[in-house]
Parts: sequence; C-alpha cells; structure tokens
Amino acid sequence: MSAPAHPSTDADATPGAGSTAAAPAPPVSPTRRGLLGAVPATVVVLVLAFVPFFLAEDPVTILTRILVFGMFAVSLDLLVGITGLPSLGHAAYFGVGAYTAGLVAVHWTPSAPVPVLLAAGAGAVAALLTGWLAVRSHGVFFLMLTLAIGEIASQLALQLDDITGGSNGLPVPSIRFGSEPFDADFRIAYTYWYVLAIFVVGFAAMWLISRSPFGLALRGIRDNEDRMRSLGYTPFRYKYVVYILAGGFAGLAGGLFAQVNRLVSPVDAGFALSAITLLALVLGGAGTLWGPVLGMAVVVIVRDYYGPDLGGHGPLVLGIVFVVAVYVLPRGMAGLAGLLTGPRRRTRRSIVPGEERTS
Amino acid sequence: MSDHLLELSGVTRTFGALTAVDGVDLAVPVGSRHALIGPNGAGKSTLFKLVTGSMPVSSGRVVFDGTDVTRMSESHRARRGISQTLQHSSLFLSQTVERNVLMAAQRQPGGGRRSLLPRRQRAARDRAHELLTDVGLANRSAALVSALSHGERRQLEVAVALACEPRLLLLDEPAAGMSPAESSRLVGLLKALPDTVTLVIVEHDLDVVFALATSVTVLHLGKLLLTGPPDEVRASTAVQEAYLGTGREALFLDTPASPSLAKGDRTTELGVG
Repeated sequence: MSAPAHPSTDADATPGAGSTAAAPAPPVSPTRRGLLGAVPATVVVLVLAFVPFFLAEDPVTILTRILVFGMFAVSLDLLVGITGLPSLGHAAYFGVGAYTAGLVAVHWTPSAPVPVLLAAGAGAVAALLTGWLAVRSHGVFFLMLTLAIGEIASQLALQLDDITGGSNGLPVPSIRFGSEPFDADFRIAYTYWYVLAIFVVGFAAMWLISRSPFGLALRGIRDNEDRMRSLGYTPFRYKYVVYILAGGFAGLAGGLFAQVNRLVSPVDAGFALSAITLLALVLGGAGTLWGPVLGMAVVVIVRDYYGPDLGGHGPLVLGIVFVVAVYVLPRGMAGLAGLLTGPRRRTRRSIVPGEERTS
Repeated sequence: MSDHLLELSGVTRTFGALTAVDGVDLAVPVGSRHALIGPNGAGKSTLFKLVTGSMPVSSGRVVFDGTDVTRMSESHRARRGISQTLQHSSLFLSQTVERNVLMAAQRQPGGGRRSLLPRRQRAARDRAHELLTDVGLANRSAALVSALSHGERRQLEVAVALACEPRLLLLDEPAAGMSPAESSRLVGLLKALPDTVTLVIVEHDLDVVFALATSVTVLHLGKLLLTGPPDEVRASTAVQEAYLGTGREALFLDTPASPSLAKGDRTTELGVG
C-alpha cells in the first residue's frame, strides 16, 4: 500500500459523515443476493436444457464439448483464479479421470454415472498424491512442479500401453443407462442432457465452495498469504484441500470427456490442454466461475467448430484472439459484466453517506 | 503459572551486523495496557514481529501464557490468541470491508469456517457487523478496501485484529494518519476492551499513549531503557536523553519549541504509517 500524501484530508472527508449518518439500509443479506443470482442461473440452465429441440446436431455436439471442457476450466479456476495457484499440469487430473472412466466402461460397466463418479474419485486421489508436494512450493517452483506432473501423466499414458492403449488411445464404449444404450436417433441429445446434468451439479458444487468461508479463505491466501498466517490460518492446508477438490472436478470432467468422445489418448492429459484452458481463463476472466466457461466456449468453437474450415490454422486464430483479448479485455469477458454493473454500484455507494435518512 | 500473559527474556534479533532488538526482557501482566515507545529505529516493530512469530528470534525466549512459543509458527501463535495490526497496512485490498473482517471472524469458534450453509455463517457475519459499527465503518461494509481512505483503513485494521478474539493485541501505530476525531474514537474503543484482552501498543502520538497506557516501556537502539508507570517515564532523564534531537519537544511539550524540526519529524511519521 502506498501512503497517501495527505492522509488527514482523506481521513477527514468520510468518517465524519460516516459517524453522523445513522446506519443506512442494512447490507444486502447473502441469501437475498444468492436468490437474485439464482434467477439468471435458472434461466440459463432452462435455455440450455431446451437447446436440443432447436439446434442441429453439430452445434449440440459442440455445446456438449463446451460443457465438458467448461467444467474442467472452472476446476482450474478454483486453483488459478480463486486461490492464486497457476497450475500448468491440471490436465493430468483430467487425463486420470478420462482413463479411469474409459477403463471402468471397458472392464466393468459403461452405465452412467458410474464411470464419471469413479473418474472424479481417481482425479481427487491423483491430486492428493501429487499435490502434497506441489502445493508446498511457490512461484516458479509451483509452475515447474505442476508442469512436470502433467508431463509424467501423459508419458505414463503413453508408456503403459497394455492398459491405456498407448498412442493409439483407449476406445470407450458408449454410455448406457442401466443396460440400455441410448437410442441411436437421439443419442446426441441424450448425451448432451447427461453432460448438462453433471455439469450443473459440478458447477453448483464449485460455486458453493467458492462462496463458502473456505472459499473466502482461499481468496485471502491468493491476496496475502502472510496475512492469513497472522490471522491464524494454515495456508498449506487450504491449498492442499482445494488442490484435491480441483483434481476431483477435473477428473469428473475427464470422465465425461471419455464417455462423450469415446476415445482417450495421451494428448488429453498433456500440456496443450492445460495451456489452452489457462487461455480460456484469461479470455473469460479468472476468479469468476462463469467467465472461464465462456472463455472455454470461445476456445472450443474456434478450435473444434471453425477449426476444420481454417485448414489447421485454428491455433493461430486462437493465438490472435488471445493477444487481442489481453489488450482489450484485461479482466476477461467477466470484466465486461463489471463494466455494466460497476457504475451503478459505485453511485449507490457514494450516495449513501450523503443521503442522511435519519429516522 | 504467573499472571504474566507475555514474558520476553533476552530476546535478540540481529540483521547481519545490526542488532535491531538487543536482549529485551519484558513481562506484560494479564489485562494490562502497555505502551512501547522510542525513537524511530528503536526496534519496536521488530519486537512485535518477534512476538507474533512473523520473524524468528536470533536468541532469547518468548513465553505466552506460560507456554514457550519461541519455536512456534505464526499461525499457531495467532490461534493461541496473539493478534496484531501492522504499521504498514496489510488488508485484502480486492475484498470488501466486510469480507476483510469475516476473514478473521469466521476462523473463530462458531464462525462456520467449515460450513457451506449461510445459516451457520451468520454468527461470524453478525460479529463482523458489530465490530465494524464499533470502529465506525458500518456504512462502508460493502466498499472495497482499495476505495477506503488511509484513516478508514487503520480503523479496519483494528476491527480485523479484534475479530481474531485476541488475548494479546499488538497495535503498531494504530493512530498514525488518523484525524483527531478518529484517534479519539480509537482510544475510546480500546479503553472499552475487557480486561481479558491485554494490549501492547506502539504509538508516536503520546496523547494516545498517555490516555491508554498503565505502563510504558521505552526502547532505544534495540535496548530496553526503562519500564514503568507513565508518570515515571515522563519524568525520566534517561528517556529525555534518548529522545534528544529526535523530537523531544514532541514528547514533552504540546506546542513544539522549534516548529520546523518538529514538523519535519511529524511528516515522516505520517509517511511511514
């Protein structure tokens, strides 16, 4: 913090007003704020639920991919945006989840939601084993360790070809409910709804986590770890727990990916996925949970939807989008919403001390 | 155990060749209001860091409530009830005022730290609101800390420190940069604290010191010069020697004898705070 040049003038201006103005309108209660947020969220979910009735199969397939990778992006945002842990190897847990779901589907049952739940568990266990070391490190060391974890994961996928199919990948049987496979005519729509349901549950869980006291503590660690120590927190514990949780949600997304894509290959645990997801966070706005989903939507649309038409120049376009975004939207697409609501909030705040509604 | 909440014996901290704190022995009784004064660079802030554990001692022992905490981490000491405000404000700038206090309040028993349910978190929220009212920031609770004035930030620091439910509260120049109205409000707030909270305060504003303190310790060049009741300290010639040339007038006279010197000294203090 920089010491203001004339602290006394600053200090005189407000507290005088502060002490005379009787407590203004009580602060909006968290539950009411939550309800206000619940309305648009419900609308979005409903619109998404009806999408297969309006859109052709291709856009629905793309939307399915956006939800899968969107959930992965949100799980990475728990680390990067909320806790301030910039992981370069988060795809490792996505890969662990994808292979777990694939192997469960091959050797045991492709019946939903067993493979994805086990995938989530496997992602969390992988994060539990690797995070203990990674989370102890700071700065560049954290970057390097997570990068190494990601590389180890994709190398293992490549080397253990008896189990994983190596570079040929692991074919995954299609999703079933009970013993019935999805009706071939509506397979895409059913798959989409299945993914949407898991996405909504996963997103809601991560939203609750980020809103909880635990989430507030994570933000505190992001902003000032030393101060958290002096308040009696043990930052390591919080970082470790969120690392495990993020690994679990990444595994869940990976499990969905395996069932949707029906092929898992070592690339899906590799650095490229981690990097492109970080890009989505920057595009969408790290620290908000919905921003990364939008960012991921841009990435998936450019890479997978328009990509084939661009003759292999998809990554180039993504690069340009990224550079432009960094200059034009320093806080990502979520920052645009801040522009819309920001001024309103600011005026309300500045009116309050002057407006003396003593009664 | 003795009725001393904090006991320092031979506490020393060196930075290379410089000894910032030099063999300080100090015993602070439970419930006392203890002031730590001394010229700039006397080692007051360093001594605080040694007590909170944010800096390890080079030698000596720190005993808190009968337990040797010398090798204990900062967060463990904080959980035992040592809380502080820092000279250089260290708030969470990107968070709202309320959330800054919640950060400390939710850690306390019943604060709902481990709960996802808003119902369980209400106690912490109520406590935060109460503290913000006490320090006079109730109507700013939704503001971002980065939008607060310097004086307001100091008030918030005090609210955060109190939200830790401390048994030992270390305040490092809490009134620095505050307007007279703000600092008298602060003195009132600190005076009203229950005896279960033991206060150690570093402060340059001697009006604040003499309004609050039941005992005063003078540090000079890292060494403990004198500990005693305020009147004794005020009368001591040794203390006057220590302050000579570094604002003795500010210490003992209401109106400085040489305005230019005293004024210059004051601005540096404000700048530091």
